[in-house]
Amino acid sequence: MTKHTDTIPETRRRMLGAGSLTISVVGAMCFCIILFWVVIALIGPWLAPYPIGKIVSMDVFTSPSRDYLLGTDYLGRDMMSRIILGARYTVGVSIAAAFIACTIGVALGMISAVLGGWFDTIVSRGIDALIAIPHLMFGLVIIAAIGSSLPVLVGTLAFLYFPGSFRIARALAVNINELDFVQVAKARGEGFFYTVREEILPNMIGPVLADFGLRFVFIVLLLSGLSFLGLGVQPPNADWGALVRENVSGLAYGAPAVIMPSLAIASLTISVNLAIDNLPRRLRDRLP
Amino acid sequence: MITRMILTRLGVAVLTLLIVSVVVFVATNMLPGDVAQIVLGQAATPEAVAGLRKAMHLDQPAVFRYIIWLGGMMTGNPGTSLVNDIPIVTLIGGRLHNTLLLAGVTAAFSVPIALALGITAAMWRNTLYDRLVSFATIAVVSVPEFMVATIAVLIFAVRLHWFPALSFANDVHSLGELLRVFAMPVISLSFVVSAQMIRMTRAALIDTLGQPFVEMATLKGAGRVRAVLTHALPNAIGPIVNAVALSLSYLLGGVIIVETIFNYPGIAKLMVDGVATRDMPLIQTCAMIFCLGYLALVTVADICAILANPRLRYK
Repeated sequence: MTKHTDTIPETRRRMLGAGSLTISVVGAMCFCIILFWVVIALIGPWLAPYPIGKIVSMDVFTSPSRDYLLGTDYLGRDMMSRIILGARYTVGVSIAAAFIACTIGVALGMISAVLGGWFDTIVSRGIDALIAIPHLMFGLVIIAAIGSSLPVLVGTLAFLYFPGSFRIARALAVNINELDFVQVAKARGEGFFYTVREEILPNMIGPVLADFGLRFVFIVLLLSGLSFLGLGVQPPNADWGALVRENVSGLAYGAPAVIMPSLAIASLTISVNLAIDNLPRRLRDRLP
Repeated sequence: MITRMILTRLGVAVLTLLIVSVVVFVATNMLPGDVAQIVLGQAATPEAVAGLRKAMHLDQPAVFRYIIWLGGMMTGNPGTSLVNDIPIVTLIGGRLHNTLLLAGVTAAFSVPIALALGITAAMWRNTLYDRLVSFATIAVVSVPEFMVATIAVLIFAVRLHWFPALSFANDVHSLGELLRVFAMPVISLSFVVSAQMIRMTRAALIDTLGQPFVEMATLKGAGRVRAVLTHALPNAIGPIVNAVALSLSYLLGGVIIVETIFNYPGIAKLMVDGVATRDMPLIQTCAMIFCLGYLALVTVADICAILANPRLRYK
């Protein structure tokens, strides 16, 4: 018996050890890129070499030079400053929206799973219907109805992505709710909120965090798409999607002003996706 | 049994469409401003505004307006545009046809390619080929649609000079011109849709490859190609058709971006223009058409999954 219990952790360690070295290098690189953009978003205004709206050069769509490291845009503004300051919008708005979406989705999902009964049925059916709304299309409808501002963008993005978060959280919580320690907690008379907060939430936090990352990627993509259509962040401010839109006329010359913001978006979203794929299996998987 | 499941699924779809219509109606009526005042402008007399309010049923409760609006939608009479007074049916007519054509050509082009790539990637799993396909699809899935389109333009129009970059001619005279005009939008959309389809096809097939009967076939001496094509593939048809239908629903997001970039006269471009002029009846109608298309694809995917499940077939 003791032999048996000893061997299991060892085989598992060996299994993880075989592949984990190369995997964690990719994961670590991705985390560095994500951290890099978050730091840029936080300290952007002190880093940008020029003010965001200032026309610094007579030449438009120039290639990178010593003065303008990433070239200039369609008006002759410094591209590097605009990308650094755009990080605030792309990263900031997306994190805020993803955070709200996940908080609402997870809270509602756990409550639904634990309460069960008609409350669960009604909420689940309603949210199934919300999932059947195409995201970009509904973004257009909201922006057409109330116009585009930062709170509206955050609210719309959060509204569009909380249903997905709800579904995953509910599925996780339904499984955990059946486990013995939750039943024991209920039997010894713990209250509803104690059970949800102390017994269920800590046991699903890994998958929930992975889901937060995925939702963040979806939101970055949708926000960039909206801005690309001119309906997201409004001038003179610009997130990365809006930067691509502004400079799209430079596409025919292959100007860095179009390519650099696109690369910024891609580096962020691909990093988050790969980082989630390379999370330790124990943290990422559906059940602990 | 199986008929009942399909009927239930269709009923759920209709109910969902109703809930979606409520959400669209509420979202488009959230603005506290007076639509009649906005339509007539600042200079309108109070009498004119009051008259228009009555004509537009704005003096009625919201529930009543919703029922009138829904009735109009269902009888094919969604009203007239606020901007130029043209009936919305006329505005949408030809453009819906253009969008469906674009979507149809894209599907005809991308489904066979995506299936071939997905199946071969699963067949030669963990080879260099599979890794390349997987990395490429992850990359395409993680970047915005407009970036896929701009990269396609950079490669096919700017570098290779195969197609015109960002122009769309309305008068197309020959098949050759039609091909040139369609090429860039179709290529861009195909990338967006196929990436998802390849991933899901590969996953569905690999799932089936792990089943005991495939292992049995391998033990009896079937090669990898034979095990995949004659043993696994027929049993994975259900999940694969499901994956195809679900991936095609990505067309709906992609088509908005692609029609805007290439100035393609479809319904998505009409809607984006409608957002700029805040033409609410037009936006509502386009939104409902999009939701209907999306629901139709998701429902077809689910029904395929029901039909393909042999356990249900023989009950």
